[in-house]
Amino acid sequence: MGSTISEQPHGSAGSREVTAMTFVSRGFKRREGPAAPEDRLPPGQYLTRDFPVLSAGPTPRIGLDDWRFEVAGEVDQPRGWSWAEFTALPADDVTVDIHCVTKWSKLDTQWKGVSVDTLLEGVQTAAAHAMVHSYGGYTTNLPLEDLRDHKAWVAYQFNGEPLEPEHGGPARLLVPHLYFWKSAKWVRAIELRATDAPGFWEGYGYHNYGDPWREQRYSGD
Amino acid sequence: MARAAVLRRLTWAIAEVVDRTDETARVRSLTLEVPDWSGHLPGQHIDVRLTAEDGYRAQRSYSIATPADGTRVTITVERLDDGEVSPYLADVLVIGDKVELRGPIGGYFVWEPGRGGPLCLIAGGSGIAPLMAMLRSRVAARSDVPVRMLGSWRSADDIIYADELAAIARDDDGVSITHTLTRSAPDSWTGRRGRFDAESLSSLAWPPAAEPLTYICGPTGFVEAVASALVGLGHDPARILTERFGPTGG
Repeated sequence: MGSTISEQPHGSAGSREVTAMTFVSRGFKRREGPAAPEDRLPPGQYLTRDFPVLSAGPTPRIGLDDWRFEVAGEVDQPRGWSWAEFTALPADDVTVDIHCVTKWSKLDTQWKGVSVDTLLEGVQTAAAHAMVHSYGGYTTNLPLEDLRDHKAWVAYQFNGEPLEPEHGGPARLLVPHLYFWKSAKWVRAIELRATDAPGFWEGYGYHNYGDPWREQRYSGD
Repeated sequence: MARAAVLRRLTWAIAEVVDRTDETARVRSLTLEVPDWSGHLPGQHIDVRLTAEDGYRAQRSYSIATPADGTRVTITVERLDDGEVSPYLADVLVIGDKVELRGPIGGYFVWEPGRGGPLCLIAGGSGIAPLMAMLRSRVAARSDVPVRMLGSWRSADDIIYADELAAIARDDDGVSITHTLTRSAPDSWTGRRGRFDAESLSSLAWPPAAEPLTYICGPTGFVEAVASALVGLGHDPARILTERFGPTGG
């Protein structure tokens, strides 16, 4: 990754050499202590052992009797599940690293949830995009292919316990290969779409795709 | 409006520290001169990036504590003893030093006088920084939006911007400021003690019928407790905006 800080000013005639120089923060040193294996920490991230919370508003409280999950939009037939039906579906135990755009990463988090492949089984669609909808009004968009092939789950347990409301319970999306704002909390529906559109944070300047390994934090990264 | 403003590429700039203010024993404000700064809305934040001699880099986010002021932004940093970035910003950087940053970032947790009110700003500790940008923007604009600001602090010595807040409350009938101390209070303390809860918020925050805009910022547990209490009191969740930081952050 480059550390060039000087950008060529515009407008001068002829060619001009860009002087590449590395900015160093006077007196700054890496903190002593355990570090993550480099191949597991994307650029600009640091390791945390806590589980910080980020939400734009109050935590919605959804009773399990009222909870439903739906696959809708550009599909042959919408389908939905009650809590009892959903938790009776085959579920996976997954252990994954998660990366938040606010810079923390957490390794080896343990979840139980239903693979999105299972939820899309038999669904006839020409859609290439998905908008994920949450109780409370949150949305996030991603390519449908990022939800397929064992890359995404709707998770309802964390560390063997029911998922707490502040972490997205009763159920949240889990898409660990993208920044964690794509793993929508309090998820209620996946809407399949022919066209892409920005979700909540994507509309406020966050990256449309959000690959932590390419450090796609903000629009244009 | 904010959406269009932030949908451009955010490039790293080298800013210079032009002022440093001790707010409390653990909190320092840094004013930074940022070349080509595009301006920002009260509530937005910046990313700061530090680079060590060996190329190691660390990034963190800091809320901007001041409204738009040309090419200057001020951040307020609480030193976390086991942190990697905050001790550097709070203790090592001096006037004339340079630091890399980019922004402004965020566009939801923002307020400016045109958004109206009444406004309730509820801060847990150093979570006051973005709320201070909002309050300062109201003062600078001589807006008449009524404001209630509530601050929760461990002790009287931990109150950030204490003198400025007292002056604003004294000079402006439209602004009330209430502090509560959660751990220790001197005998001379005549203000509130203990955490904000449903009972205290039912009188200190605006009533739900006033349809206030409420902004809450602080540690996760604080924000969860206050936001849940307000929803329980009948406030519209869509008019409660939150920003949380975890126990780490560094």
